[in-house]
Amino acid sequence: MSIFDIFTRKRSAPVARERLQLLLAHERALTGRADLAAILQEEILAVIAKHIAIDREKVNVKLDRSDQVSTLEIDIEMPQGTLKATAS
Amino acid sequence: MSKVVVVTSGKGGVGKTTTSASLGAALAQAGQNVVVVDFDVGLRNLDLVLGAERRVVFDLVNVVQGDAKLAQALIKDKRVDTLSLLAASQTRDKDALTEEGVKAVIDELRTKFDWIICDSPAGIEKGAMLAMRFADVAVVVTNPEVSSVRDSDRIIGMLDSKTVRAENGETFEKHLILTRFNPVRAAKGEMLGVDDVLEILAIPLLSIVPESPDVLNASNVGCPVTLNSPGSAAAKAYTDAAKRLLGEKVEITTPTEEKQGLFSRLFGRKAVA
Repeated sequence: MSIFDIFTRKRSAPVARERLQLLLAHERALTGRADLAAILQEEILAVIAKHIAIDREKVNVKLDRSDQVSTLEIDIEMPQGTLKATAS
Repeated sequence: MSKVVVVTSGKGGVGKTTTSASLGAALAQAGQNVVVVDFDVGLRNLDLVLGAERRVVFDLVNVVQGDAKLAQALIKDKRVDTLSLLAASQTRDKDALTEEGVKAVIDELRTKFDWIICDSPAGIEKGAMLAMRFADVAVVVTNPEVSSVRDSDRIIGMLDSKTVRAENGETFEKHLILTRFNPVRAAKGEMLGVDDVLEILAIPLLSIVPESPDVLNASNVGCPVTLNSPGSAAAKAYTDAAKRLLGEKVEITTPTEEKQGLFSRLFGRKAVA
């Protein structure tokens, strides 16, 4: 640590406070349905599987919580030609 | 009317056992009849912190399973005669406890004591659930640190849904004891402040226990800090917490930075002790 760090050091407590407020707002909303992301994933996949053959190994689920918007991203990889084959 | 208090936190190592011992001792020193019950079956420590580790013959599991009478398992403190301990079993695990068994023990304790302090194990599993199940009041122990605050928030949610009182729609008092608070670091913005934690958890503050060598010294010798160093800031924090639980109005003081002169800065705390 150089001597200049004393003057430029960031205060970490406000960061902790903000992170907690954001996280807990989400966690409190999810109480009782803790596996919401998993349930959504299952049900969405079930709907898609009715129409398209999908490989469960090639499904990627991402959850991103931020201040304004949260996104649930379900990325399903389909082999080429799957759409054509099953749509016919 | 006796009161059942659960001392809980979710996270381990924040000071539940220290708080159970110190708050129990402080209430007993105020003349109340107190029993502290260790629910941490398999990892008992309340006996050690109270200096009774060599006097445990029967424990909570023995009483729950009917192998011993409650009176045989209660260990009277040698320093404060209104304080008793019901130890946890060291050789069993949490599955040895049943809800009916715990209820029967708590009901019997209610007939003998003013305060039944249940020292919860860490976590949110069976042991922690049974420790809070029959409580009237909760003391949530939290450190000013992100993981502890998050876990406390989770535990508060469970207190509001999984206790008998909550299920019956009755009021359930919850209090916060903030432990290991370091006023110097909080003032510098390196540690969550008291207001930060209170705003996030939104339950009333019972006391602020400063980070202090007196707390470790007390557990080293197996004597609650309120007895071992009665003049210390930590002892005062627990004594005041006990008074507030008894309904007394005592103003909460936030620990402040101790004024240190040049001499003590140079030679450390010992030099002026």
